[in-house]
Amino acid sequence: MSYTFLQNYWWFLISLLGGLLVFLMFVQGANLHLGNRSLSDLQKRMILNSTGRKWELTFTTLVTFGGAFFASFPLFYSTSFGGAYWVWVLILISFVFQAVSYEFQNKNENLIGIQPFRVFLMINGLLAPLLIGTAVGTFFTGSPFTVNRAAIADAAAPVISTWDSPWHGLEALGQFHAVLLGCALMFLTAILGALYLINNIEDETIIRAMRRSIRVAVIPFLFFFLGWLTILLMRPGFAVDAEGTVYMEAGKYLNNLLQMPVVLILFLVGVVLVLAGILPSGYGQARKGIWLSGIGTVMTVMAVFFIAGYNGTAYYPSTTDLQSSLTIRNSSSSPFTLQVMFWVSLLIPFVVAYIAYAWRQMDKKRITPDEIDKTEHKY
Amino acid sequence: MDVIFWSRIQFAMTAAYHWLFVPLTLGLAFVMAVMETLYVVKKDEFWKKTAQFWMKIFAVNFAVGIATGIILEFEFGTNWSNYSWFVGDMFGAPLAIEGILAFFMEATFFAVMFFGWEKVSQRFHLVSTWLTGIGATISAYWILVANGWMQNPVGTVFNPDTVRSEMATAQAFWEVVTNPVAVSKFFHSVTSGWVTGGVFVVGVSCWFLLQKRQQKFARKSILIGSIVGLVGSVAVMLSGDSSGVHAAEFQPMKLAAAEGLEDGGRRAAFTIVPGVKIPGMLSILATHDIDGFVPGINDILKGYTDNEGNVVPSVSEKMQRGRTALDALATYRAKKDTDPEAAAAARAVLEKNVQYMGYGHLEKPEDVIPPVGVVFWAFRLMIGLGMLMMLELLVIGFLAWKDRLGDKKWLFVLAIACIPLVYICGQAGWIVAEVGRQPWTIQGLLPVNVAISSLSAGAVKTTFFLFLAIFTLFLIIEIRIMLGAIKKGPQTPNE
Repeated sequence: MSYTFLQNYWWFLISLLGGLLVFLMFVQGANLHLGNRSLSDLQKRMILNSTGRKWELTFTTLVTFGGAFFASFPLFYSTSFGGAYWVWVLILISFVFQAVSYEFQNKNENLIGIQPFRVFLMINGLLAPLLIGTAVGTFFTGSPFTVNRAAIADAAAPVISTWDSPWHGLEALGQFHAVLLGCALMFLTAILGALYLINNIEDETIIRAMRRSIRVAVIPFLFFFLGWLTILLMRPGFAVDAEGTVYMEAGKYLNNLLQMPVVLILFLVGVVLVLAGILPSGYGQARKGIWLSGIGTVMTVMAVFFIAGYNGTAYYPSTTDLQSSLTIRNSSSSPFTLQVMFWVSLLIPFVVAYIAYAWRQMDKKRITPDEIDKTEHKY
Repeated sequence: MDVIFWSRIQFAMTAAYHWLFVPLTLGLAFVMAVMETLYVVKKDEFWKKTAQFWMKIFAVNFAVGIATGIILEFEFGTNWSNYSWFVGDMFGAPLAIEGILAFFMEATFFAVMFFGWEKVSQRFHLVSTWLTGIGATISAYWILVANGWMQNPVGTVFNPDTVRSEMATAQAFWEVVTNPVAVSKFFHSVTSGWVTGGVFVVGVSCWFLLQKRQQKFARKSILIGSIVGLVGSVAVMLSGDSSGVHAAEFQPMKLAAAEGLEDGGRRAAFTIVPGVKIPGMLSILATHDIDGFVPGINDILKGYTDNEGNVVPSVSEKMQRGRTALDALATYRAKKDTDPEAAAAARAVLEKNVQYMGYGHLEKPEDVIPPVGVVFWAFRLMIGLGMLMMLELLVIGFLAWKDRLGDKKWLFVLAIACIPLVYICGQAGWIVAEVGRQPWTIQGLLPVNVAISSLSAGAVKTTFFLFLAIFTLFLIIEIRIMLGAIKKGPQTPNE
């Protein structure tokens, strides 16, 4: 296996994990609907118990996404996490509150009552997709940082990756183009959440409310997503030549799509599938739209990552020092590490298989008001 | 206080909180699994209700364990930027494998275990309960492989082009996975979790005995809890012994600090408390040979000859060679594109001195001494409490086995008091392991002062207090919920 193959392979896996993460963020999106005023307390509790059986998968995917990025492209880990400090801290805190909110909220001893914990879940539902989407958006707009490997021998300032903005990540919220992707992701996860609930819960009121929410959210989703896409295809991109020199290329991301027809097809089919899941659920009586939209989401996100990293593109560009930009060549682990992890990654289908098996076993019957009312084992 | 201080204290605080929640889940997982197995084998509803009670406690701990764990993982990047580049090639892989092989197993089967009672078959449920515990244990293995590598960095070579420690060969990963330090750390940490689980189950059950409630539930739980705890205790002791030998071999300064040993020698004495010593005992423990040489702090500073006859240079010599290596690295990088000859010469100098490059970042030789008092007393606390826990489990387990627990109130009170003590014991253990290896994030390769991110002290100070407040709030709520669940008691018939 060549080094180049391994680097490409790991970028593929990172893209896949990214796609799965966005799909699984239906948990965050569904929790947003806890704020829906047309739902009773029991119905909110049904939503809570529905997402409560899946949140750990989303969480684990986030953790594994981070771990896999660390292992395969450690320079991204050290540059982005150590530099865009506040964005990551905010994302983490929102997930930390989410992690305990299920377990804590319906317990008498929780000090602050039910409501704050529901609010935490909703804050996570808003912030996680918004900030993660914006962070991915900076793959195309660039971030202010410098990488200087010689620094480690400099006793006064030994840190290799330094961030060139005092805002340490929050400046991304001023990047119009990146924020568009964050907003698109926020509405997408809200839609995915509604689709998931329609399929997972047996309750007319909830289903009706979710169909209504989908119809409300689909317009801003399309607005932000198409807005982001249009700018993406028109903007100059961060290209890298065979020697590793980074330069600006007009229409780079459009070129990437045209020069990689497979990615173009993946992207288009993905978008169509997302819509094919949404429309019959929002405007018709479909119950299983989550699967079409879910698969479409995974495909679309993967295509976005491919545009960012393949075909001689710098996936984490620097706006302050162009040559500091990260590419899948200059930021990856050594060939031996990538190779060892290649073998480990062959176990992934096995992991997916047992997750699918357990998921099917647990979701054979939809959640009913009766179940939540009677069972002892619930959140 | 600088950014190094705040980064360290933030990481230490997160790790300490994480280790409040994790050990109980490691131990309880097996207690529950044994109970559920009894339910399936004996078809006795009593065991189901008993297992379900402990699962409730497990679930609360699991959630907070996850919450603190994610912060730990990302802090490697957010607060230790240089570290994650410098050793990401070695350290990242176990972390990623942990995610792929263990976390998904835990997450998937935890949900089945907790919600699946009426949804999946009895057999699949039992398998899920076991897999939750096995997943947690596998997860512990991989993170301790990562931690073990920081204590004894095997299988790596420095690459001056990328400026990081890289996997030396494809086979080197095997060295990392079977690193003796990692293996004994794994057994030591996981089985200490069994002790925690055992002591916890016994203590809570004794509370029921004191209250004269749920006698059958309490007695049966005590029996299983004490067996799991005792097996754990024996394994902790054995793996603790090999940890000591490894410290002597790979981290002699940690051992010297733990013993407060200024000047070492052959037939070194083991200090129980200052002034009370067992002659020759330290040599036996550290080298399994009464005539083995154990270096003290001063020996390490001045240089010494180890038991294999290797001459270990003084710290100042190591520092000098480390600085030579750093200068050569700078020269190599400056010249490699313009002057290949000078670059090759610099590279040769670098390779000759690279094993001490980490020392080049130190300011003075005394920097290699960790805070001796902290490590010394934490070590004594760990061993003393560990032995007390073993004794407690032995006595109560024996009495429960002989059905002679009777109404020994003093014993029940003691068992309850042991619950906080077992936590202190576990924390003390990690203090020995982690404070004892200061100033190194990677033993000998990377000291804390160059492992950091380029952040202001104020930023990290802010997040430190933020995380501290959040975790403390979680801990308080968690304890209150556990106490509430205990007061409510299991749903077994009250007999």
